[in-house]
Amino acid sequence: MRGSLSLRAGLLSVLIFAAFIGAWQFATMPTTGAAGDVDPEYAALVSGAAAQGAKSAFPTPADVGATIWGHLKDPFYVRGANDQGVGVQLAYSLGRVLLGYLLAAAVATPLGFLIGMSPLVYRALDPFIQVLKPISPLAWMPLALYTIKDSGISAIFVIFICSLWPMLINTAFGVASVRKEWLNVAATLEVGALRKAFLVILPAAAPTIMTGMRISIGIAWLVIVAAEMLVGGTGIGYFVWNEWNNLSIGNIITAILLIGLVGMALDVALGRAARLVAYRE
Amino acid sequence: MTTFDDPFDARYRLTPGCSCGRHGSEAEHAAASAVSGDAQTSRVVESAVMRALFPEDATRRAFLTAVGAGTAIAAVNALFPLATATDVFAQGLKPEKTDLKVGFIPITCATPIIMAAPMGFYEKQGLKVEVVKTAGWAVIRDKAINKEYDAAHMLSPMPLAISMGVGSNPIPWSAPAIENINGQAITLAMKHKDKRDPKSWAGMKFAVPFDYSMHNYLLRYYLAEAGLDPDKDVQIRAVPPPEMVANLRADNIDGFLAPDPVNQRAVYDGVGFIHLLSKEMWDGHPCCVFSASRQFVTEMPGTYQALLKAIIEATAYAQKAEHRKEIAAAIAPTNYLNQPVTVVEQVLTGTFADGLGGVKKDADRIAFDPFPWESFAVWILTQMKRWGQIKGDVDYQKVAKEVFLATDATKLMAEAGLTPPQATTKTFSVMGKPFDPSKPEEYVASFAIKRG
Repeated sequence: MRGSLSLRAGLLSVLIFAAFIGAWQFATMPTTGAAGDVDPEYAALVSGAAAQGAKSAFPTPADVGATIWGHLKDPFYVRGANDQGVGVQLAYSLGRVLLGYLLAAAVATPLGFLIGMSPLVYRALDPFIQVLKPISPLAWMPLALYTIKDSGISAIFVIFICSLWPMLINTAFGVASVRKEWLNVAATLEVGALRKAFLVILPAAAPTIMTGMRISIGIAWLVIVAAEMLVGGTGIGYFVWNEWNNLSIGNIITAILLIGLVGMALDVALGRAARLVAYRE
Repeated sequence: MTTFDDPFDARYRLTPGCSCGRHGSEAEHAAASAVSGDAQTSRVVESAVMRALFPEDATRRAFLTAVGAGTAIAAVNALFPLATATDVFAQGLKPEKTDLKVGFIPITCATPIIMAAPMGFYEKQGLKVEVVKTAGWAVIRDKAINKEYDAAHMLSPMPLAISMGVGSNPIPWSAPAIENINGQAITLAMKHKDKRDPKSWAGMKFAVPFDYSMHNYLLRYYLAEAGLDPDKDVQIRAVPPPEMVANLRADNIDGFLAPDPVNQRAVYDGVGFIHLLSKEMWDGHPCCVFSASRQFVTEMPGTYQALLKAIIEATAYAQKAEHRKEIAAAIAPTNYLNQPVTVVEQVLTGTFADGLGGVKKDADRIAFDPFPWESFAVWILTQMKRWGQIKGDVDYQKVAKEVFLATDATKLMAEAGLTPPQATTKTFSVMGKPFDPSKPEEYVASFAIKRG
């Protein structure tokens, strides 16, 4: 029965996709309007749609498919500093995200641990964390550029600051809500503080910590596109911005799909890692 | 009198016109009497100094005939260390640094900066320059201030604003060369094609590239001339040039005064039409500049000179109509402007679709003239004052002189085979209203619509 369910789900997915493409194709069908009395000299200077008095049209699925294929065929070309393949751009973005994210993890986990162990500190820091958590990455950007004075490091800083909070909060929460019984057992057995932290609290809090990490990587990946659109230079966000300049919807859709796929891959990877540390009571 | 003639020789005139009368033009005269090498450099500097000391040519000649050239040189030397000034410009200054980063915004105003890379103008000066595309004016300003860029493409009011600390910390900035003159336009959304009279524009939303831009000042000027208060009757917001067409298409704005290729791109995509070229408001107005921090100019004079020379030579090349198509093809690819070649070509050649079904021809739609007239800076300052961006007393001439480095341009323009102007200020008129750079306060006061 399970097999047939996933089969049916798969079938439904394909149907939804086909319906979407069909609707898209229908909506972008080229209207063969009466071109008629257009000055050929004028028509040569503008796009096809503009020559007929219309705005340039949204590309059809076939156009976008061709664009995507063009990018996938040659993802790693480098034609100058401002024109590099999507593969190269994704690599730049991933590098930034991982660096900022790992820095955040290195800070958030130990800090969250300490905060979670002490109810006093937990309460004292809570208002700060609550205020800083919802700040948009782009709001940090001018401040970062102004103080750090380096756009590359600023982008990494923004990733860091935005992926810090979910990890911090989840770690602290996980540590604070370890079951009292287990701590009492550890106390009865006179386990040392360090041993207690690593053998009792860490395994107990690990699933919550991993959830925080999973949320964070999602946020980091969301943030990088916005940050790169703002500072430019390299990365998939810059690629989107650069193609926006050129109003090239096909290229933008390609980038959107790639951003989605990479984000999904990151999420799946963290999900797998979370399963490794899960336990059953 | 050209920049290469001896300014201590009473027979020459420092003001325009062939000095000896035997040549058809000043350029021919220069070719006939060219001085080379060291002498050339010192002549240029001496001329600049003499021009500053004796704005009236008649006074200078009277002075020279009265005391003799030798005494004059000694006297001037006492006032101004000519030798030092000449040294700064002496030939053979090796670039201290050859790997440079220059930031640009993808618009045709940056043509000389961009084309110098693919067309080898930087290489010719022994420089390896990476031109880096940047997302917006605030970012390019911050990156230039943070020294991520050695030099950058900026809007002409920006070096003035940065130097005075308007909108950022005050940092001495310089604009040794204008990139382009003209080359902007007012574009309106298609739905306004019957509202060609600016008096009917009340309530509309406009975009300009930046608060400190010629675009902002020209649009405000245009609206105010039509009796509209740009702060009350319409909305003007800053939108980075590349995002303007997307916003116009989405009906977020009704129009913009923007640099090209944005205007032409709006036409190309059937989104808007070109209402008015900026040239029709003020023929020969400056737009963007090549700029660097004062620190870069003084600490790396060799690099600065080589870079400026490359830019000025590229500008001279771009000014020739027959090169425009070649340049369009060089700067249109993804690495630079990322636009269809035909769009860039229409901008540079001046044969363009207006968006209403007509093809217009105007060879001077965009032109390239590197000379940073100090009076341009003064005009910009008057508009900053007029719209309340700067408050209190402004020493117009001083700021203009410190930021717009006319002397450097004079020298390098001559080396690039151009004829640099003999004065550093000139009068011009904007929408028919004459501007006298020596009376900036009166000019500001003469407008009915202004702030403060």
